[in-house]
Amino acid sequence: MEVPQKGGFSFDLCRRNEMLVSKGLRSPSFLKTGTTIVGLIFQDGVILGADTRATEGPIVADKNCEKIHYMAPNIYCCGAGTAADTEAVTDMVSSQLKLHRYHTGRESRVVTALTLLKSHLFSYQGYVSAALVLGGVDVTGPHLHTIYPHGSTDTLPYATMGSGSLAAMAIFESKYREGMSRDEGIKLVAEAILSGVFNDLGSGSNVDICVITKGNTEYLRNHLSPNPRTYPQKGYTFSKKTEVLLTKITPLREIVPVIEGGDAMEE
Amino acid sequence: MTKQQANWSPYDNNGGTCVAVAGADYCVIAADTRMSTGYNILTRDYSKIIKLADRCVMASSGFQADVRALQKVLASRHLIYQHQHNKQMSCPAMGQLLSNTLYYKRFFPYYSFNVLGGLDSEGKGCVFTYDAVGSYERVGYSSQGSGATLIMPFLDNQLKSPSPLLLPAKDAVTPLSESEAIDLVKTCFASATERDIYTGDKLEIVILNGSGIRREEMDLRKD
Repeated sequence: MEVPQKGGFSFDLCRRNEMLVSKGLRSPSFLKTGTTIVGLIFQDGVILGADTRATEGPIVADKNCEKIHYMAPNIYCCGAGTAADTEAVTDMVSSQLKLHRYHTGRESRVVTALTLLKSHLFSYQGYVSAALVLGGVDVTGPHLHTIYPHGSTDTLPYATMGSGSLAAMAIFESKYREGMSRDEGIKLVAEAILSGVFNDLGSGSNVDICVITKGNTEYLRNHLSPNPRTYPQKGYTFSKKTEVLLTKITPLREIVPVIEGGDAMEE
Repeated sequence: MTKQQANWSPYDNNGGTCVAVAGADYCVIAADTRMSTGYNILTRDYSKIIKLADRCVMASSGFQADVRALQKVLASRHLIYQHQHNKQMSCPAMGQLLSNTLYYKRFFPYYSFNVLGGLDSEGKGCVFTYDAVGSYERVGYSSQGSGATLIMPFLDNQLKSPSPLLLPAKDAVTPLSESEAIDLVKTCFASATERDIYTGDKLEIVILNGSGIRREEMDLRKD
Protein backbone atom coordinates (compact mmCIF):
# COMPACT_ATOMS: atom_id res chain seq x y z
CA MET A 1 0.00 0.00 0.00
CA GLU A 2 1.43 3.35 -1.03
CA VAL A 3 1.91 5.68 1.97
CA PRO A 4 1.12 9.27 0.91
CA GLN A 5 4.09 11.69 0.88
CA LYS A 6 4.18 13.74 4.07
CA GLY A 7 6.42 16.56 5.14
CA GLY A 8 9.26 16.11 7.59
CA PHE A 9 12.60 14.31 7.42
CA SER A 10 12.90 11.08 5.41
CA PHE A 11 14.89 8.58 7.47
CA ASP A 12 15.24 6.07 4.60
CA LEU A 13 18.99 6.42 4.12
CA CYS A 14 19.99 6.45 7.80
CA ARG A 15 20.68 2.69 8.06
CA ARG A 16 22.78 2.76 4.91
CA ASN A 17 24.75 5.78 6.24
CA GLU A 18 25.41 4.01 9.52
CA MET A 19 26.67 0.95 7.65
CA LEU A 20 29.03 3.09 5.57
CA VAL A 21 30.42 4.84 8.68
CA SER A 22 31.07 1.47 10.31
CA LYS A 23 32.97 0.44 7.15
CA GLY A 24 35.19 3.47 7.54
CA LEU A 25 33.53 6.25 5.54
CA ARG A 26 34.33 9.69 6.91
CA SER A 27 31.09 11.63 6.74
CA PRO A 28 31.53 15.18 5.38
CA SER A 29 31.81 17.78 8.11
CA PHE A 30 29.27 20.55 8.28
CA LEU A 31 30.08 24.20 8.02
CA LYS A 32 29.18 25.42 11.50
CA THR A 33 29.20 28.96 12.67
CA GLY A 34 31.20 28.50 15.92
CA THR A 35 29.67 31.77 16.91
CA THR A 36 28.78 34.31 19.48
CA ILE A 37 25.31 35.86 18.98
CA VAL A 38 23.54 38.16 21.41
CA GLY A 39 20.43 40.29 21.75
CA LEU A 40 19.19 42.80 24.28
CA ILE A 41 16.19 45.01 24.84
CA PHE A 42 16.90 48.68 25.49
CA GLN A 43 14.76 51.79 26.01
CA ASP A 44 13.57 52.24 22.42
CA GLY A 45 13.75 48.69 21.03
CA VAL A 46 16.08 45.76 20.40
CA ILE A 47 19.79 45.48 19.60
CA LEU A 48 21.20 42.30 18.03
CA GLY A 49 24.91 41.47 17.76
CA ALA A 50 27.02 38.74 16.16
CA ASP A 51 30.62 37.84 15.33
CA THR A 52 31.63 37.02 11.72
CA ARG A 53 33.62 33.74 11.81
CA ALA A 54 32.37 30.55 10.14
CA THR A 55 34.31 27.36 10.99
CA GLU A 56 34.63 23.90 9.45
CA GLY A 57 36.06 21.97 12.37
CA PRO A 58 39.33 23.72 13.33
CA ILE A 59 39.58 25.71 10.10
CA VAL A 60 38.10 29.15 9.46
CA ALA A 61 35.98 28.78 6.32
CA ASP A 62 34.74 32.38 6.18
CA LYS A 63 36.44 35.25 8.00
CA ASN A 64 33.61 37.71 7.43
CA CYS A 65 30.24 36.01 7.09
CA GLU A 66 26.84 37.57 7.94
CA LYS A 67 25.04 35.97 10.85
CA ILE A 68 22.31 38.57 11.34
CA HIS A 69 19.57 37.53 8.92
CA TYR A 70 16.71 39.64 7.59
CA MET A 71 13.23 38.37 8.46
CA ALA A 72 11.08 41.46 7.95
CA PRO A 73 11.80 45.20 7.84
CA ASN A 74 11.19 45.31 11.61
CA ILE A 75 12.46 41.82 12.55
CA TYR A 76 16.00 40.36 12.34
CA CYS A 77 17.36 36.99 13.45
CA CYS A 78 20.88 35.93 14.50
CA GLY A 79 21.80 32.31 13.74
CA ALA A 80 24.23 29.85 15.32
CA GLY A 81 24.79 26.17 14.47
CA THR A 82 24.98 24.65 11.01
CA ALA A 83 25.28 27.58 8.56
CA ALA A 84 23.13 25.94 5.88
CA ASP A 85 20.35 25.30 8.41
CA THR A 86 20.28 28.87 9.79
CA GLU A 87 20.29 30.33 6.25
CA ALA A 88 17.59 28.02 4.96
CA VAL A 89 15.25 28.33 7.93
CA THR A 90 15.48 32.13 8.17
CA ASP A 91 15.03 32.57 4.39
CA MET A 92 12.03 30.26 4.43
CA VAL A 93 10.29 32.00 7.32
CA SER A 94 11.15 35.43 5.86
CA SER A 95 9.32 34.47 2.66
CA GLN A 96 6.36 33.11 4.65
CA LEU A 97 6.19 36.40 6.60
CA LYS A 98 6.14 38.42 3.38
CA LEU A 99 3.26 36.39 1.98
CA HIS A 100 1.48 36.82 5.31
CA ARG A 101 2.02 40.59 5.12
CA TYR A 102 0.42 40.65 1.70
CA HIS A 103 -2.47 38.55 2.97
CA THR A 104 -3.17 40.59 6.12
CA GLY A 105 -2.04 44.03 4.98
CA ARG A 106 -0.25 44.55 8.31
CA GLU A 107 3.32 44.79 9.63
CA SER A 108 4.73 41.38 10.73
CA ARG A 109 4.81 40.55 14.43
CA VAL A 110 7.76 38.93 16.16
CA VAL A 111 5.57 36.20 17.70
CA THR A 112 4.49 35.18 14.17
CA ALA A 113 8.12 34.64 13.14
CA LEU A 114 8.68 32.86 16.45
CA THR A 115 5.80 30.42 15.95
CA LEU A 116 6.75 29.67 12.32
CA LEU A 117 10.39 28.99 13.30
CA LYS A 118 9.65 26.87 16.37
CA SER A 119 7.07 24.69 14.67
CA HIS A 120 9.44 24.05 11.75
CA LEU A 121 12.35 23.15 14.03
CA PHE A 122 10.18 20.93 16.26
CA SER A 123 8.84 18.98 13.30
CA TYR A 124 12.46 18.14 12.35
CA GLN A 125 13.13 16.89 15.89
CA GLY A 126 16.41 18.78 16.29
CA TYR A 127 17.97 17.54 13.04
CA VAL A 128 17.83 21.10 11.67
CA SER A 129 20.68 22.38 13.79
CA ALA A 130 19.74 26.05 14.11
CA ALA A 131 20.01 28.01 17.36
CA LEU A 132 18.51 31.47 16.87
CA VAL A 133 18.21 34.82 18.59
CA LEU A 134 15.12 36.51 17.19
CA GLY A 135 14.48 40.19 17.84
CA GLY A 136 12.21 42.92 16.52
CA VAL A 137 9.78 45.75 17.23
CA ASP A 138 6.12 45.57 16.22
CA VAL A 139 2.82 47.19 17.23
CA THR A 140 2.87 45.35 20.56
CA GLY A 141 6.36 46.62 21.42
CA PRO A 142 9.94 45.31 21.41
CA HIS A 143 10.46 41.53 21.65
CA LEU A 144 13.50 39.27 22.06
CA HIS A 145 13.42 35.46 21.89
CA THR A 146 15.86 32.54 21.78
CA ILE A 147 14.96 29.44 19.76
CA TYR A 148 16.71 26.10 20.30
CA PRO A 149 17.27 23.41 17.62
CA HIS A 150 14.59 21.13 19.10
CA GLY A 151 11.98 23.89 18.96
CA SER A 152 11.82 25.30 22.48
CA THR A 153 11.80 29.06 22.96
CA ASP A 154 12.49 31.60 25.68
CA THR A 155 11.44 35.23 25.97
CA LEU A 156 14.16 37.30 27.57
CA PRO A 157 15.38 40.88 28.14
CA TYR A 158 18.92 39.81 27.12
CA ALA A 159 20.11 36.59 25.47
CA THR A 160 23.22 34.88 24.08
CA MET A 161 23.68 31.75 21.91
CA GLY A 162 26.51 29.82 20.25
CA SER A 163 29.86 28.48 21.47
CA GLY A 164 30.78 31.95 22.78
CA SER A 165 27.49 32.36 24.66
CA LEU A 166 29.07 31.86 28.09
CA ALA A 167 31.74 34.48 27.43
CA ALA A 168 29.08 36.94 26.21
CA MET A 169 26.59 36.16 28.99
CA ALA A 170 29.29 36.83 31.59
CA ILE A 171 29.39 40.42 30.26
CA PHE A 172 25.61 40.78 30.14
CA GLU A 173 25.08 39.44 33.65
CA SER A 174 27.62 41.93 35.04
CA LYS A 175 26.56 45.04 33.17
CA TYR A 176 22.97 44.81 31.90
CA ARG A 177 20.45 47.35 33.17
CA GLU A 178 16.85 47.94 32.16
CA GLY A 179 16.09 50.99 30.03
CA MET A 180 19.57 51.63 28.58
CA SER A 181 20.05 54.30 25.95
CA ARG A 182 20.94 53.44 22.35
CA ASP A 183 24.64 54.19 22.76
CA GLU A 184 24.89 52.30 26.05
CA GLY A 185 23.11 49.34 24.47
CA ILE A 186 25.39 49.24 21.41
CA LYS A 187 28.46 49.52 23.65
CA LEU A 188 27.31 46.60 25.83
CA VAL A 189 26.42 44.39 22.87
CA ALA A 190 29.79 45.13 21.25
CA GLU A 191 31.55 44.31 24.52
CA ALA A 192 29.72 40.98 24.79
CA ILE A 193 30.59 39.99 21.22
CA LEU A 194 34.21 41.02 21.72
CA SER A 195 34.34 38.80 24.79
CA GLY A 196 33.27 35.91 22.56
CA VAL A 197 35.63 36.91 19.75
CA PHE A 198 38.74 36.90 21.95
CA ASN A 199 37.93 34.17 24.47
CA ASP A 200 36.11 31.61 22.30
CA LEU A 201 38.06 29.90 19.52
CA GLY A 202 34.86 29.27 17.55
CA SER A 203 34.18 32.99 17.23
CA GLY A 204 36.33 35.73 15.73
CA SER A 205 36.99 38.51 13.27
CA ASN A 206 34.49 41.40 13.30
CA VAL A 207 31.41 42.59 15.22
CA ASP A 208 28.07 43.08 13.41
CA ILE A 209 25.28 45.03 15.10
CA CYS A 210 21.61 45.58 14.23
CA VAL A 211 19.54 48.25 16.02
CA ILE A 212 15.75 47.90 15.67
CA THR A 213 13.41 50.61 16.92
CA LYS A 214 9.82 51.57 16.19
CA GLY A 215 9.71 52.49 12.53
CA ASN A 216 13.49 52.31 11.90
CA THR A 217 16.17 49.62 11.56
CA GLU A 218 19.92 50.17 11.32
CA TYR A 219 22.17 47.35 10.16
CA LEU A 220 25.75 48.17 11.24
CA ARG A 221 27.81 45.66 9.25
CA ASN A 222 31.36 45.38 10.62
CA HIS A 223 30.64 47.95 13.33
CA LEU A 224 34.00 46.94 14.86
CA SER A 225 37.01 45.32 13.16
CA PRO A 226 39.50 44.65 15.96
CA ASN A 227 41.47 41.93 14.10
CA PRO A 228 43.21 43.42 11.10
CA ARG A 229 45.87 41.43 9.32
CA THR A 230 49.18 43.17 10.05
CA TYR A 231 51.77 40.92 8.42
CA PRO A 232 53.07 41.00 5.71
CA GLN A 233 52.40 44.65 5.02
CA LYS A 234 53.08 44.64 1.31
CA GLY A 235 51.56 41.31 0.34
CA TYR A 236 53.33 38.36 -1.25
CA THR A 237 54.54 37.56 -4.74
CA PHE A 238 54.97 34.02 -5.99
CA SER A 239 57.78 33.47 -8.45
CA LYS A 240 56.91 31.41 -11.50
CA LYS A 241 58.07 27.91 -10.68
CA THR A 242 56.40 26.12 -13.59
CA GLU A 243 58.04 25.66 -16.97
CA VAL A 244 56.15 24.98 -20.21
CA LEU A 245 57.91 22.00 -21.78
CA LEU A 246 55.71 21.36 -24.80
CA THR A 247 52.42 22.58 -26.24
CA LYS A 248 50.52 20.08 -28.35
CA ILE A 249 47.06 20.65 -29.78
CA THR A 250 45.17 17.53 -30.88
CA PRO A 251 41.95 18.27 -32.78
CA LEU A 252 39.11 16.02 -31.66
CA ARG A 253 38.03 13.37 -34.14
CA GLU A 254 34.43 13.74 -35.25
CA ILE A 255 32.43 10.68 -34.22
CA VAL A 256 28.93 12.10 -34.50
CA PRO A 257 27.68 13.31 -37.91
CA VAL A 258 26.88 17.01 -37.62
CA ILE A 259 23.45 17.80 -39.07
CA GLU A 260 23.31 21.33 -40.45
CA GLY A 261 20.30 23.52 -39.71
CA GLY A 262 17.65 23.28 -36.92
CA ASP A 263 15.51 20.22 -36.18
CA ALA A 264 18.41 17.84 -35.38
CA MET A 265 16.87 16.99 -32.00
CA GLU A 266 13.40 16.29 -33.32
CA GLU A 267 12.54 12.81 -34.51
CA MET B 1 26.78 -6.88 21.54
CA THR B 2 29.11 -3.93 20.69
CA LYS B 3 32.52 -3.77 22.41
CA GLN B 4 32.61 -1.45 25.42
CA GLN B 5 34.63 1.68 24.70
CA ALA B 6 36.58 3.79 27.16
CA ASN B 7 34.84 7.02 28.09
CA TRP B 8 37.99 8.62 29.50
CA SER B 9 41.06 9.51 27.44
CA PRO B 10 44.50 10.12 28.94
CA TYR B 11 45.23 12.54 26.12
CA ASP B 12 44.18 16.11 25.29
CA ASN B 13 45.20 18.36 22.42
CA ASN B 14 46.50 21.78 23.41
CA GLY B 15 46.79 22.93 19.80
CA GLY B 16 49.51 25.14 18.31
CA THR B 17 51.88 25.03 15.37
CA CYS B 18 55.65 24.63 15.03
CA VAL B 19 57.94 25.35 12.07
CA ALA B 20 61.66 24.94 11.45
CA VAL B 21 63.76 26.03 8.45
CA ALA B 22 67.42 25.13 7.89
CA GLY B 23 69.86 27.46 6.13
CA ALA B 24 73.47 27.20 5.00
CA ASP B 25 74.84 28.44 8.33
CA TYR B 26 71.74 29.08 10.47
CA CYS B 27 68.54 27.43 11.64
CA VAL B 28 65.20 29.11 12.40
CA ILE B 29 62.76 27.41 14.79
CA ALA B 30 59.39 29.03 15.48
CA ALA B 31 56.17 28.24 17.34
CA ASP B 32 53.06 30.16 18.39
CA THR B 33 52.43 30.73 22.10
CA ARG B 34 48.74 29.85 22.36
CA MET B 35 47.73 26.92 24.58
CA SER B 36 44.11 25.85 24.26
CA THR B 37 41.72 23.03 25.12
CA GLY B 38 38.53 22.46 23.17
CA TYR B 39 37.16 25.90 22.29
CA ASN B 40 38.84 27.64 25.24
CA ILE B 41 42.18 29.37 25.60
CA LEU B 42 44.23 28.28 28.62
CA THR B 43 46.97 30.86 28.14
CA ARG B 44 48.21 33.21 25.42
CA ASP B 45 51.84 33.06 26.54
CA TYR B 46 53.15 29.46 26.62
CA SER B 47 56.53 28.61 25.10
CA LYS B 48 56.62 25.39 23.05
CA ILE B 49 60.34 25.76 22.30
CA ILE B 50 63.13 24.36 24.45
CA LYS B 51 66.90 24.42 24.14
CA LEU B 52 68.14 20.85 24.51
CA ALA B 53 71.84 21.48 23.82
CA ASP B 54 74.13 24.34 22.79
CA ARG B 55 73.28 23.91 19.12
CA CYS B 56 70.02 21.99 19.32
CA VAL B 57 66.50 23.37 19.86
CA MET B 58 63.19 21.50 19.87
CA ALA B 59 59.68 22.78 19.24
CA SER B 60 56.71 20.52 20.05
CA SER B 61 52.96 20.80 19.62
CA GLY B 62 50.27 18.40 20.81
CA PHE B 63 49.55 17.43 24.42
CA GLN B 64 51.73 19.78 26.47
CA ALA B 65 51.82 17.54 29.55
CA ASP B 66 53.43 14.79 27.42
CA VAL B 67 55.66 17.41 25.75
CA ARG B 68 56.88 18.60 29.16
CA ALA B 69 57.57 15.01 30.29
CA LEU B 70 59.48 14.32 27.05
CA GLN B 71 61.56 17.50 27.47
CA LYS B 72 62.53 16.42 30.98
CA VAL B 73 63.59 12.96 29.83
CA LEU B 74 65.74 14.43 27.03
CA ALA B 75 67.32 17.05 29.31
CA SER B 76 68.19 14.38 31.84
CA ARG B 77 69.69 12.05 29.19
CA HIS B 78 71.71 14.98 27.80
CA LEU B 79 73.16 15.69 31.24
CA ILE B 80 74.25 12.06 31.57
CA TYR B 81 75.84 12.24 28.10
CA GLN B 82 77.76 15.36 29.12
CA HIS B 83 79.07 13.59 32.25
CA GLN B 84 80.11 10.53 30.27
CA HIS B 85 81.60 12.17 27.15
CA ASN B 86 82.69 15.56 28.47
CA LYS B 87 81.01 17.40 25.60
CA GLN B 88 77.61 18.65 24.38
CA MET B 89 75.46 16.40 22.21
CA SER B 90 75.45 17.25 18.49
CA CYS B 91 72.11 17.91 16.79
CA PRO B 92 72.11 14.63 14.79
CA ALA B 93 72.90 12.73 17.99
CA MET B 94 70.03 14.42 19.81
CA GLY B 95 67.86 13.61 16.79
CA GLN B 96 68.54 9.89 17.22
CA LEU B 97 68.00 10.11 20.99
CA LEU B 98 64.60 11.74 20.50
CA SER B 99 63.57 9.07 18.03
CA ASN B 100 64.59 6.29 20.43
CA THR B 101 62.84 7.98 23.37
CA LEU B 102 59.61 8.28 21.40
CA TYR B 103 59.69 4.69 20.17
CA TYR B 104 60.38 3.47 23.71
CA LYS B 105 56.77 4.44 24.42
CA ARG B 106 55.45 2.89 21.20
CA PHE B 107 52.39 1.35 22.93
CA PHE B 108 51.44 4.39 25.05
CA PRO B 109 52.90 7.22 22.98
CA TYR B 110 53.91 10.72 23.89
CA TYR B 111 51.21 12.82 22.16
CA SER B 112 53.90 15.15 20.95
CA PHE B 113 54.58 16.34 17.39
CA ASN B 114 58.15 17.54 17.25
CA VAL B 115 60.55 19.43 15.05
CA LEU B 116 64.20 19.49 16.04
CA GLY B 117 66.38 22.30 14.70
CA GLY B 118 70.04 23.15 15.06
CA LEU B 119 73.51 23.14 13.53
CA ASP B 120 75.30 19.92 12.62
CA SER B 121 78.98 19.23 13.30
CA GLU B 122 79.95 21.17 10.16
CA GLY B 123 77.98 24.24 11.23
CA LYS B 124 75.29 23.79 8.56
CA GLY B 125 71.62 24.14 9.52
CA CYS B 126 69.73 20.91 10.11
CA VAL B 127 66.06 20.15 10.78
CA PHE B 128 64.62 16.80 11.87
CA THR B 129 60.90 16.13 11.72
CA TYR B 130 59.11 13.45 13.78
CA ASP B 131 55.80 11.70 14.13
CA ALA B 132 54.40 10.77 17.57
CA VAL B 133 56.21 7.42 17.76
CA GLY B 134 59.67 8.40 16.60
CA SER B 135 59.81 8.01 12.83
CA TYR B 136 62.20 10.77 11.76
CA GLU B 137 63.95 12.26 8.77
CA ARG B 138 66.46 15.01 8.20
CA VAL B 139 64.88 17.68 6.01
CA GLY B 140 65.48 21.28 4.94
CA TYR B 141 62.24 22.56 6.51
CA SER B 142 59.18 21.20 8.28
CA SER B 143 56.02 22.12 10.16
CA GLN B 144 53.98 20.22 12.77
CA GLY B 145 50.80 20.86 14.69
CA SER B 146 47.30 22.14 13.95
CA GLY B 147 48.45 24.68 11.33
CA ALA B 148 50.92 22.31 9.63
CA THR B 149 48.51 21.37 6.84
CA LEU B 150 48.16 25.08 6.05
CA ILE B 151 51.87 25.93 6.23
CA MET B 152 53.57 22.90 4.63
CA PRO B 153 52.21 23.47 1.07
CA PHE B 154 53.35 27.10 1.25
CA LEU B 155 56.86 26.07 2.36
CA ASP B 156 56.95 23.47 -0.42
CA ASN B 157 56.04 26.17 -2.91
CA GLN B 158 58.71 28.58 -1.65
CA LEU B 159 61.55 26.24 -0.68
CA LYS B 160 61.28 23.00 -2.63
CA SER B 161 63.21 22.72 -5.90
CA PRO B 162 60.79 22.69 -8.87
CA SER B 163 61.86 19.42 -10.44
CA PRO B 164 64.77 17.11 -9.70
CA LEU B 165 64.84 16.05 -13.36
CA LEU B 166 65.44 19.45 -14.89
CA LEU B 167 67.78 21.15 -12.45
CA PRO B 168 70.77 19.84 -10.52
CA ALA B 169 69.64 18.27 -7.24
CA LYS B 170 69.34 20.88 -4.51
CA ASP B 171 70.85 20.71 -1.06
CA ALA B 172 68.56 19.99 1.89
CA VAL B 173 69.14 23.52 3.19
CA THR B 174 67.49 26.57 1.73
CA PRO B 175 69.54 29.16 -0.17
CA LEU B 176 67.60 31.97 1.57
CA SER B 177 69.45 34.40 3.82
CA GLU B 178 68.71 34.42 7.55
CA SER B 179 66.52 37.53 7.43
CA GLU B 180 64.59 36.20 4.42
CA ALA B 181 63.96 32.94 6.22
CA ILE B 182 62.68 34.80 9.31
CA ASP B 183 60.38 36.88 7.08
CA LEU B 184 59.09 33.68 5.45
CA VAL B 185 58.36 32.11 8.83
CA LYS B 186 56.49 35.22 10.02
CA THR B 187 54.37 35.13 6.86
CA CYS B 188 53.62 31.43 7.43
CA PHE B 189 52.30 32.07 10.92
CA ALA B 190 50.37 35.24 10.04
CA SER B 191 48.59 33.24 7.32
CA ALA B 192 48.02 30.12 9.43
CA THR B 193 46.55 32.33 12.19
CA GLU B 194 43.93 33.65 9.76
CA ARG B 195 42.51 30.20 9.07
CA ASP B 196 43.38 27.96 12.03
CA ILE B 197 41.52 28.66 15.27
CA TYR B 198 44.20 26.97 17.41
CA THR B 199 47.05 29.19 16.15
CA GLY B 200 47.51 32.78 17.24
CA ASP B 201 48.33 35.25 20.07
CA LYS B 202 52.13 35.49 19.70
CA LEU B 203 54.92 34.03 17.59
CA GLU B 204 58.18 33.00 19.22
CA ILE B 205 61.20 32.62 16.91
CA VAL B 206 64.57 31.14 17.91
CA ILE B 207 67.51 31.62 15.55
CA LEU B 208 70.69 29.51 15.86
CA ASN B 209 73.84 30.45 14.02
CA GLY B 210 77.61 30.54 14.44
CA SER B 211 77.39 33.42 16.92
CA GLY B 212 74.94 31.66 19.24
CA ILE B 213 71.20 31.70 19.96
CA ARG B 214 68.84 34.67 19.47
CA ARG B 215 65.12 35.12 20.22
CA GLU B 216 62.51 37.22 18.41
CA GLU B 217 58.79 37.76 19.02
CA MET B 218 55.87 38.93 16.90
CA ASP B 219 52.23 39.59 17.79
CA LEU B 220 49.58 37.50 16.03
CA ARG B 221 45.79 37.79 15.90
CA LYS B 222 44.20 37.13 19.28
CA ASP B 223 40.73 36.01 18.15
